[in-house]
Amino acid sequence: MGLGPFLLLASLEGLVQAAVLSLSALGLCLVFGVLRVVNVAHGEFHMVGAVIAWSVSHVLFGHPLLGFLVALFVAPLLVGLIAFTADRVILRKINHNPEATIVATIGMLYVIQQSVLIGFGPDARAMEPPFYFHINFPWFGYSGYKLSVILMAAALLLMVWHVLSRTRLGLIMRATQLDREMAQVFGIPVGWVYGLVFAAGAMLAALGAVLMAPIRQVHYLMGLDPLLMSFIVVIIGGLGSIRGALLAALVIGMSDGIISMFFSPTLAKMISTLLVALVLIFKPEGLFGLRKS
Amino acid sequence: MSYTPDKMTDKDKRKSLRKLAGAAGIAMTAQFSPALTGHVLGSDRPIKVGMQLHRTGIGASYGRWYERVAVATVKLINEEGGINGRPVELVIEDDGTDPRRGAEVIEKFATQHKTDVAYGTLFSHVVIGSSPRAGELKLPYYVVSEGYHVASGSLNRYVFQPGITDVRSQIASMAPWIATNLGKKITMIFPDYAFGHDHRNYFSIAIAEQGGKVLEMIPVPPTESSFTRYFPRIPRETEVLYHVLVGPGVLTFVKEMGQFFGTRDRPRIFGYIDSLEAVDFATPQLEFLQGTHFWEAFPRYAQPDQTRHDQYFRHQVGVDQNGASVSDSRDISAYSHMFGCWETLFIIKQAMETCGYSGPEDRQALIEATESLTGFAESRNHPQGSKVFNGKIHQCFGIQHISRVEDSRLKVVHTTSIEDGLYEPEADYTQMAL
Repeated sequence: MGLGPFLLLASLEGLVQAAVLSLSALGLCLVFGVLRVVNVAHGEFHMVGAVIAWSVSHVLFGHPLLGFLVALFVAPLLVGLIAFTADRVILRKINHNPEATIVATIGMLYVIQQSVLIGFGPDARAMEPPFYFHINFPWFGYSGYKLSVILMAAALLLMVWHVLSRTRLGLIMRATQLDREMAQVFGIPVGWVYGLVFAAGAMLAALGAVLMAPIRQVHYLMGLDPLLMSFIVVIIGGLGSIRGALLAALVIGMSDGIISMFFSPTLAKMISTLLVALVLIFKPEGLFGLRKS
Repeated sequence: MSYTPDKMTDKDKRKSLRKLAGAAGIAMTAQFSPALTGHVLGSDRPIKVGMQLHRTGIGASYGRWYERVAVATVKLINEEGGINGRPVELVIEDDGTDPRRGAEVIEKFATQHKTDVAYGTLFSHVVIGSSPRAGELKLPYYVVSEGYHVASGSLNRYVFQPGITDVRSQIASMAPWIATNLGKKITMIFPDYAFGHDHRNYFSIAIAEQGGKVLEMIPVPPTESSFTRYFPRIPRETEVLYHVLVGPGVLTFVKEMGQFFGTRDRPRIFGYIDSLEAVDFATPQLEFLQGTHFWEAFPRYAQPDQTRHDQYFRHQVGVDQNGASVSDSRDISAYSHMFGCWETLFIIKQAMETCGYSGPEDRQALIEATESLTGFAESRNHPQGSKVFNGKIHQCFGIQHISRVEDSRLKVVHTTSIEDGLYEPEADYTQMAL
């Protein structure tokens, strides 16, 4: 295969990766931006989203598209509900204390993972893609569904951007992020906003998982990779910076795709991790994070 | 309520400590109570077989079937009077398909459960991680793993693989057929750990002996979930794509391979059934496999010349003629591997009966008895076929099958002989001290 087609395939793979990663990383970033806490269980919300998507498509007979569309609504909703409950029952009780939250979410990670293991089982299960459209380039074939993932993720990101910057809900979130006490003075129920944002972060991870489930198999250990990649993206982009997270997701996703193909996936991971280390040393606030004065 | 880690008074702490000590005491009593009642030491003590099982982790789909087969075999052995007149008890511990946990499980068998032997491990990194501990604890360890690590001499005298042929032998027996019928320019895709390295090392030698050549080797981590990025490395002049993969992503791997080739000309494909073990061939997007070939140790789909032993084995372990569970046609078995659990248990029984095994003090006699075995005839206890056993390298050698995919089923097109897979032994465990 010549360099051109090689690069085309690498870019397509990178874009798919970046698309899903941006949804997942945006969730992590949103939670950090508003709550100022790190959610270590973020990858598990991604995994639960995929498990719910598989279950919905498995239970619903008929065309796989129906199962997929229902899953696109049901999975984020249920995952959001779980996250909201977790916030009210656990994180609120520890006052969203940053250190305690890390420990609490590590606990949540194991509880969620082991619960899924008990309920869903240890097997990797395949979810049927909503359609089997296949593109035949002269040099290689490519799944049409994978291409549609890029478009769907872009549409979802636009929706998130609209909610955050053009709606009252977004305004309340941004106000809480900027100054929690001032927001409270203006009558914003900060506790509820925290719960909602934590749920929204998990819902974004679940949305990414629903898109990804028909491409990869659903497995109870699948949460680790998105967690790691989301962290890499959020640290490079700047903790709490949505613009930074999106750009970093694109850069990391694309570079991961291209380096993986030209060299090796292990090298791609090494370079991403090295980038994190360099950012932490030379620009600890991230590429787009605000420098603390 | 707020987060108050430092509000506990000294009195509270003492109370908590007392509770903790009480709980620990109860746990200790529960753990050692059988020993206290003298039950363990009685002469009617069952023969305890510790099964190291991949119940979770990347080997779980194999683990599910290894457990079913082991339970069915133990049930049958007990119905027929047990071993040396004593019942067999299966003690199962999950190793999470993790080498470190595997070694801990071996330790648990030896010190806590006090099993007579350890048995049943599949994934080669778990075998390699657990074997040194089994040797140190002098616990006979019968694996069902396929890897060349036992026969290579790199483990120790306490590790045996008497129920399933190793990869080196499988490859050696099939390479001539591949070179003659499919092609001589090969690209290999294999899992990047011990088992895959056996394929890498020995297939390249075996195909070179047939005048063939491996053009490219593409290692894939067994935990990988996305595979398209590996396929562009397949050279255009490849005649045969040799694939073997394990782990949770195998179905994705095969599907993405089909997507990558699309409708273009593609090389001929020869795969190890591992790439689709426990996966239904009738799964959408696997249609491109039509006409490709797979290695099978034991044909998943019952063939027209099915033996009565195969029939009996399927019945006992709950598998239908298509290799699926009789209770759920979507639950596909690990048919080319799990027979090893059945056969190995009967070999443990045979060896224990040969040396009149009565308890852990006879473990060394059991090792020598197992080493003295020379082969097993095709029978109900050895349904996969006759085997030669080499006591020096603790490894058996059996027949292999090459099957073609026809209408989403596998049809055997070639069966090797035992002699095809024999190689010059490189080790002699019997020279090691017991």
